[in-house]
Amino acid sequence: MANAHADHADKYYVPHESAWPLFGSASLFVVMIGLCGWLNEWYGPTVFAIGLLMVVALFVGWFGVVIGENQAGIYNMQVDRSFRMGMLWFIFSEVMFFAAFFGALFYARQLSVPWAGGEGVKIFNNLLLWPEYTAAWPTNGPAALGPRDDGSFETIPAFGLPAINTAILLLSGVTITIAHHALKEGNRRVLNIFLAATFLLGFLFLGLQAEEYIHAYTELGLTLSTGIYGSTFFMLTGFHGMHVTLGAIMLVVIWLRTMNGHFTPQRHFAFEAVAWYWHFVDVVWLGLFVFVYWV
Amino acid sequence: MANTSTVDHHDDHHAPTGLKRWLYATNHKDIGTLYLIFACTMFFLGGAMALVIRAELFQPGLQFVDPQFFNSMTTMHALLMIFGAVMPAWTGLANWMIPMQVGAPDMALPRLNNFSFWLLPFAFTLLLLTLFIPGGAPAGGWTLYPPLSLQAGDSFPLTIFAIHLMGISSILGAINVVVTIMNMRAPGMGLLNMPLFCWTWLITAYLLIAVMPVLAGAVTMLLTDHFFGTAFFTAAGGGDPVMFQHIFWFFGHPEVYILILPAFGVVSEIIPTFSRKPLFGYESMVYASASIAFLSFIVWAHHMFTVGMPLAGQLFFMLSTMLIAVPTGVKVFNWCATMWKGSISFETPMLFALAFLFLFTIGGFSGLMLAIVPADFQYHDSYFVVAHFHYVLVPGAVFAIMAGVYYWLPKWSGRMYSEKLGKLHFWLSTIGVNILFFPQHFLGLAGMPRRIPDYSTQFADWNMVSSIGAFVFGFSQLLFVYVIWQAVRSGEKAPARPWEGATGLDWELPTPAPYHSWDPPPTREVVAKGVAQQH
Repeated sequence: MANAHADHADKYYVPHESAWPLFGSASLFVVMIGLCGWLNEWYGPTVFAIGLLMVVALFVGWFGVVIGENQAGIYNMQVDRSFRMGMLWFIFSEVMFFAAFFGALFYARQLSVPWAGGEGVKIFNNLLLWPEYTAAWPTNGPAALGPRDDGSFETIPAFGLPAINTAILLLSGVTITIAHHALKEGNRRVLNIFLAATFLLGFLFLGLQAEEYIHAYTELGLTLSTGIYGSTFFMLTGFHGMHVTLGAIMLVVIWLRTMNGHFTPQRHFAFEAVAWYWHFVDVVWLGLFVFVYWV
Repeated sequence: MANTSTVDHHDDHHAPTGLKRWLYATNHKDIGTLYLIFACTMFFLGGAMALVIRAELFQPGLQFVDPQFFNSMTTMHALLMIFGAVMPAWTGLANWMIPMQVGAPDMALPRLNNFSFWLLPFAFTLLLLTLFIPGGAPAGGWTLYPPLSLQAGDSFPLTIFAIHLMGISSILGAINVVVTIMNMRAPGMGLLNMPLFCWTWLITAYLLIAVMPVLAGAVTMLLTDHFFGTAFFTAAGGGDPVMFQHIFWFFGHPEVYILILPAFGVVSEIIPTFSRKPLFGYESMVYASASIAFLSFIVWAHHMFTVGMPLAGQLFFMLSTMLIAVPTGVKVFNWCATMWKGSISFETPMLFALAFLFLFTIGGFSGLMLAIVPADFQYHDSYFVVAHFHYVLVPGAVFAIMAGVYYWLPKWSGRMYSEKLGKLHFWLSTIGVNILFFPQHFLGLAGMPRRIPDYSTQFADWNMVSSIGAFVFGFSQLLFVYVIWQAVRSGEKAPARPWEGATGLDWELPTPAPYHSWDPPPTREVVAKGVAQQH
């Protein structure tokens, strides 16, 4: 099974000892102890910042080793398959992470908000606890939590900036596919141009998202603490934005690699992994557009 | 650019030496050993906490610790035992055995493997630090229900981030297992030829990848509710504390199968070996494991019957929970059928596997009782629940881990343990564990609530018995460490197949197993031989 597909190397590559995993664990520890101390107001953000630098060094160092090994041609097709499967299951775990937050959104919309309004057997919520409250979505709850004194807030209409952002991300899905086809056909110029277009669209998306956040915070009364609507809105779009940021950085990295002549029409795992990841953030965004902004 | 000559294949078949061998490990056996040693350390730390609990409960009244610290002990004991002892022990066994059993040279992603391991000591450093900070360790229970858990002091973010690190570790470890099994099997080793331990671990790995991120999401929501003003679990803002319970148990119920499925795998290897018969109903074992895993996703709310839910919800979760008894019953009957007319011998691994069979089944039955909604209204949050999950986890998961260690230790170390001391350890453990947990059924049915440092005098007798059992069980585990230590240091040399009925590719390797397991890969003849004996 294994050896039939071998091309560059006949044996499955088992790496020598490496310091990066230990360094990686240590850097995540520093990030987290930094965050803990910062949140608990034991000390400022310095430790956290050091941790982040360590994480950056981790990615540069560890991935540098892997890219070097890959360029040296010591990974056979079986190693390639291991990477592919690993990436797919990693993306699946990310899907499940978002599922928790989508679950919270659906639970609030379908269950906890109607209950707060006295639906069904929860009638006493309406009779005794919050007689003034009428359940509706969007809501910041019976206590009308949020930055404004009167508890009001506005939401962002779906067919404004979010629709434009949807178009941008969908377009970036097209450009990366064009780049992929160009890579497979050996057309490096088209590859480089469309890959660059993809991450530029990604950064454009992030810029517009930042614009939207500023608008929400300064003019709409919509913040992280605007009840359950603000919580689900910012946590879902925020984690999505973080993933777009990560994806865009990954795109830049593989763009730098294609500019340096990495990848062949047959072997380009890193490209495909990033493309999968990019499609994943795209699909999550479609879920967001429909369930957070639109319906 | 890396130079080919410096990153060449592993031609050196000698283990690297010194501290670097462990710190920078990429070898599945070294990493497996690290996992097992870590798990054992956490087992004793968590066990010490359990003994604080049982010492306090030896008599009514407050003797040794204040209630806040007592609650910290119950919380930390659970977190340490689940995430620090049982899960890493299974990953350690997976690391050791899966490449050997599928005919692979190593795990598929060796550096990632080391990363998964080293996250754990850091995660538990973070968690254990909470014992030494103002306000003390988390005390709201390992389930972290809000609003109580949100009232924790400075320990709060440390607990949350420790759980994040453990989650990352588990997910990456699980990805490695999936990829190893799906991509690294030797030619001729079909999926339905694998030893059952590989199968149950494969299914466990899928569960881990699916639910650990959900736990990460849940505790992230706790974090933002605490520090950033979100209202996920605040009813006044339109959220709901009960929502946390739903998200948590969507993780939590598959989690209990994550703890027990690999145990099914180990027992499914040991019982055939010592019965000198092939496993009865191999394929039905695989399908039963998969069914259990599937069902584990649709039963979560049976942990929360008493928080209130629609009648239809109660019926659904009651019946789906009871349905799990069907595939579990398939397994239990298959194990019994495997022994039927076998020529059984009772070495230590078999004794632990048999104790597992009986005692895990007791835990399964009390689980069925708890699944019944009206009965659960009585049992909920009582010592009956404590007895139930300790029966499935201690003489269930932990006994299976010990059975596995005794079973494979000769293959790992090349040396035999002392059968006499192993049996002594078994009997002390089995008698101790029953004295410890069986009376807790009576206490719970009589109405004693869980997670309390003091109790009404009517519960005094059985609590005293339970505490005596706890100390017997706890201290007899020191013997376990001694038995292993003695075997590794000065045990008799073990033959390649120390158990005459042992089958599978792992037993086709020389003893002790070479540093790189199947390098070169096994020939089709060797694979066919290992597989044929198994079916």
